[in-house]
Amino acid sequence: MTTYIIRRILISIPVLLGVTVLNFFIVQLAPGSPADLYLDPNASPDYKERVEAALGLDQPIMVQYLNWLGQLVRGDLGLSYVSRTPVAEVIGSRIGPTLLLMGAALVVAYAIAIPVGILAAKRKGTWADYTVVGGAFFGVSIPHFFLGLGLIYVFALQLGWLPTGNMATIGGDGGGLWDRIQHLILPVAVLATAISGNMVRYVRSSMVDALSEDYVRTAHAKGLPPGVVTHKHALRNALIPLVTVLSVDLAGLLGGAIVTEQIFQWPGLGMLTIQSISSRDYSVLMGVNLIAALAVFAANLLADIVYAVVDPRIEYT
Amino acid sequence: MSEPTTLTSPSTQTAAARAVVASLGKEESYLRTVVRRFFRHRLAGIGLFAFLAMILVAVLAPLLAPHDPNQIFDQFQAAPSSAHLLGTDPVGRDVLSRLIYGARVSITVSVGAVSVYVIIGVCVGLAAGYYGKVVDSVLMRVVDVFMSFPYFMVILILVAVIGPSLMNITLAIGVLGWPVISRLVRGSVLSIKNQDYVKAGIALGYSTPKILFQHILPNALSPIIVNATFGIANAIILESGLSFLGLGVRPPAASWGNMLSDAQSITVMTSQPWLWLPPGIAIFVTVLAINFVGDGLRDALESRETKSHR
Repeated sequence: MTTYIIRRILISIPVLLGVTVLNFFIVQLAPGSPADLYLDPNASPDYKERVEAALGLDQPIMVQYLNWLGQLVRGDLGLSYVSRTPVAEVIGSRIGPTLLLMGAALVVAYAIAIPVGILAAKRKGTWADYTVVGGAFFGVSIPHFFLGLGLIYVFALQLGWLPTGNMATIGGDGGGLWDRIQHLILPVAVLATAISGNMVRYVRSSMVDALSEDYVRTAHAKGLPPGVVTHKHALRNALIPLVTVLSVDLAGLLGGAIVTEQIFQWPGLGMLTIQSISSRDYSVLMGVNLIAALAVFAANLLADIVYAVVDPRIEYT
Repeated sequence: MSEPTTLTSPSTQTAAARAVVASLGKEESYLRTVVRRFFRHRLAGIGLFAFLAMILVAVLAPLLAPHDPNQIFDQFQAAPSSAHLLGTDPVGRDVLSRLIYGARVSITVSVGAVSVYVIIGVCVGLAAGYYGKVVDSVLMRVVDVFMSFPYFMVILILVAVIGPSLMNITLAIGVLGWPVISRLVRGSVLSIKNQDYVKAGIALGYSTPKILFQHILPNALSPIIVNATFGIANAIILESGLSFLGLGVRPPAASWGNMLSDAQSITVMTSQPWLWLPPGIAIFVTVLAINFVGDGLRDALESRETKSHR
């Protein structure tokens, strides 16, 4: 297994490089030169050339990539085209709210999906099961922005129970814990709906498979209480495949966070992405895209390793 | 297959011919089984009906729409009335007509994007699975690279960079969406390529493309069809999300997503529900219908899955 883990890590090195290549070249597709963003539109062509040379933009694309990669290795993501502050700082100031939002959504989604999925699997073919499966379809089919607007309409505008957006009430004491939680509820509900819709289906089908295994029948035959059989024997094995779903969920959450943050004016990476798109701040976009990709990349790697550790049934060579 | 297996005995050819005849007979009844299984999943039948209706609306949009979707009337933000069944938008355009034309955008982008990525994914998957070794490792690492990027975020950034338009969002979703298909196809090829009929094809000296596309691909179709169906639903959500953020279909062209983005103000939300409810419901119902079709197809085509998925 150690060999497998080492090999898995070695294989991921070229993938990591590939991630940086793709990230770099997507932004290169942009029309015009980044120097245009630094310059007055009336600047002379001669001056523009000098600026491009100073920024290293006159060099071949491969050299530009290697220069960028060299900076990256030293933890330097470059400067924002717009604010001229280091991209790493810009991202650093926005990553907290996004992590809070995604973390809370993940916890809520799993807290709902796992018990509900188990229930549906145990009562397969009953109304409880159909309701759960139907709910899961609802969750994966409703777009984030429509659900978000709907929730704002009902809970913020009609009932007035919750705020329409932001992280905390502006002004006043800056918001106590309860105020923070109130602002968190709706965006978390939006993100958690999609994630748990997907998750429920995985838990259910994984649990249905586990419940039909021979060792479960054996456990029943031994006369163990049904609760022990489901929760100790079947559930443990049913949850193993879900390790790999986590990295898929992470990618989904990062994508969903963009729309959700935009609707709820949540000052995280998603809103930063939209702001950087409208101000054509490509260096920040490159940074956000890279950080997001690295997070998913790391989650994938971790999931594979954890899978190898927790599932002794699979032999790796 | 690196080294072709040689089959010389004439009896093998007869056996192969017999197998072909048998499979032809089986093919017909297999199709009937699939159709029967599909419609046993009641929601799948309803979903298929709704999806076909949606396609019909998109195709017949000029006939069905009561007005030109870009025609500006003198009442703006008018409540639903007999003249405008779903009212008018802030510019004074008929909401129902825009909704009907919006179906065209959703169907065009989603079917177009999924076709693009199925073609790329199938070619990559066939090559990786069939040639194996270095080709496989290199292609699968490329797949890993693409799959490291959060799908929606990277599409959004790509579209922002190359400029939002119907063509560009279709291409962006298509060019970034192929890895999952290629993994599926590769897996199927690995389990198919050692079957006797593939070996027979090689022994008979058929060209590799013929073996790949005529012998292997038809037997690897089920997971592709199921995945592509869910992919269409997903692409509709992606397109409407992009348009909602102002990075999809550009106004004045109507898309369900950009119709909703006009509703981001508190006044519109509370007092003009006809502006944001219809496009939202249209997206939701269409996506739900296609997801039901996908679920029904999975039940019908992948008998192994029938056990777990109802």
